[in-house]
Amino acid sequence: MSVRIKNLTKTYGDQVVLDNISFDVGKSEILGFLGPNGAGKTTTMKIITGALFPDSGEVQVSGFDVFDNVQEVKNRVGYLAEHNPLYSDMYIKEFLLFVAGIYGINNKSAKVKELIELTGLTKEQNKKINQLSKGYKQRVGLAQVLMNDPEVLILDEPTTGLDPNQLKEIRALIKSTGKDKTVIFSTHIMQEVQALCDRVIILNEGKIVADDRIDSLGEYVVTKTKSVFVEFEERFDINDLIKLDSIKAANAIENGIVKLDGEDAYKMRKEVFSFAKTNDYTILSMFKEDIDVENIFSKLTHK
Amino acid sequence: MFSIYKKELSTFFGSLIGYIVIGVFLIFTGLVMWVFADTSVLEYSYASMDSLFFLAPTMFLFLIPAITMKSFAEESNNGTLELLFTKPVSENEIVLGKFFANLTLVLFAVLPTLVYFYSIYQLGAPKGNIDTGAVTGSYIGLMFLAAVFVAIGLFSSVLTNNQVIAFVIAIFISFFVHWGFDYISKIPAFYGIWDDFIQKFGIDYHYRSMSRGLFDSRDVMYFVSLIIVFLLLTNFILKKKKY
Repeated sequence: MSVRIKNLTKTYGDQVVLDNISFDVGKSEILGFLGPNGAGKTTTMKIITGALFPDSGEVQVSGFDVFDNVQEVKNRVGYLAEHNPLYSDMYIKEFLLFVAGIYGINNKSAKVKELIELTGLTKEQNKKINQLSKGYKQRVGLAQVLMNDPEVLILDEPTTGLDPNQLKEIRALIKSTGKDKTVIFSTHIMQEVQALCDRVIILNEGKIVADDRIDSLGEYVVTKTKSVFVEFEERFDINDLIKLDSIKAANAIENGIVKLDGEDAYKMRKEVFSFAKTNDYTILSMFKEDIDVENIFSKLTHK
Repeated sequence: MFSIYKKELSTFFGSLIGYIVIGVFLIFTGLVMWVFADTSVLEYSYASMDSLFFLAPTMFLFLIPAITMKSFAEESNNGTLELLFTKPVSENEIVLGKFFANLTLVLFAVLPTLVYFYSIYQLGAPKGNIDTGAVTGSYIGLMFLAAVFVAIGLFSSVLTNNQVIAFVIAIFISFFVHWGFDYISKIPAFYGIWDDFIQKFGIDYHYRSMSRGLFDSRDVMYFVSLIIVFLLLTNFILKKKKY
């Protein structure tokens, strides 16, 4: 296990930020961290990096305990903080050389050059950090995070505030650099979770409310009714549809699309098709409701 | 620690801070020693650097808090302190790196004043008629005093995220530690009984003692322990930020 967390608790005054949470993250796993703001994502991440100490609990990174061996942990973890703090009046190279110095890297300038190329900063490398756009700052942040070839990469909302192109690029960068690393990252963008993660942990009010692979997340919000959406070219009384065996309810939603509820989505679609055939109607589109992380998220974290 | 030291120094000289502090210090001490009629060595006609060593602590009282105020306040405000916390440097290294970098900047401001010493040495009648021992002692005392002010400045800066507050607190503590005990000792209730004892708590007493050219290990011990106390306090508060 790369990261092992056991019974982690953290309080600020009366407020319980983390309430006895435990999870393990395996080698080269990409873990998505979800939860509403204030759920404890950032706190958990900071604790894993050794920047913050928990009240109680056990945290190990690659077998090293954050209490006993914090320097070893820091040498194995790369952490990109939420607002990506950087020394804005330093030049990119100067800053990266400084970070290389902290890690005690032998051939500093070669390593910095390698990272500048890897993160696509070559054109901007002679600029000051405060002259960079948000996307490039994020790259500088990633470059300094990758300085020590971390085994565990922790990224706190790495894609907030980026434009769609930058978003794509940063995601690709995360995916390519994260191939042989354990990656834990938090985000509010659900598509990102579906695109990048193997596994998802949803936190709410300091507790883990879901911890599973993306495709089995649906089990956390068991709903008996399944929905099928169908669009016909012809207009007709939708009550005709309710007469079908498998359909319990039919509601017209916008643009002529009808939402059908029933228990068996497979049977519902089959029957709708034969219904159209016998009445000589044309089906323009038909789809069933997919597992929707966004839905699951709001259901699990709703008070 | 060296990485932090280097980074701090390069921020001083990468921005105007370093040059302005050195410039202001040299212009002001230069004017007082050579130009202003009231304090000029040339008018005074005694070969001594007393006016420099009298003026320097007052200048440091304002200049040193001005350079130390950003040390932790700014970093904590920008979140870069958190960046350092996730890197393999200990709090001790951060504090010491910053301490020595700030002290180095002060040293760079003080070093050019050796030219004044050389000038007075040459101008003396007969040549070299200056109490070199006293000057050496004064320089050492001045650097110790600067080191205490730097340690106080770092401590004030770690207390708050606001640089202005850090600046004001640093001036207050520095002033109190330097002159405060002297003033307290003059309160009639203490005068004549406790005054000597109380004075010994202040920097001024030990600074003056060193200025005479006496190298007393008690003075050195006093300065060193004061520096260590403030650095330890800084370290303690820095560590507390992680809980």
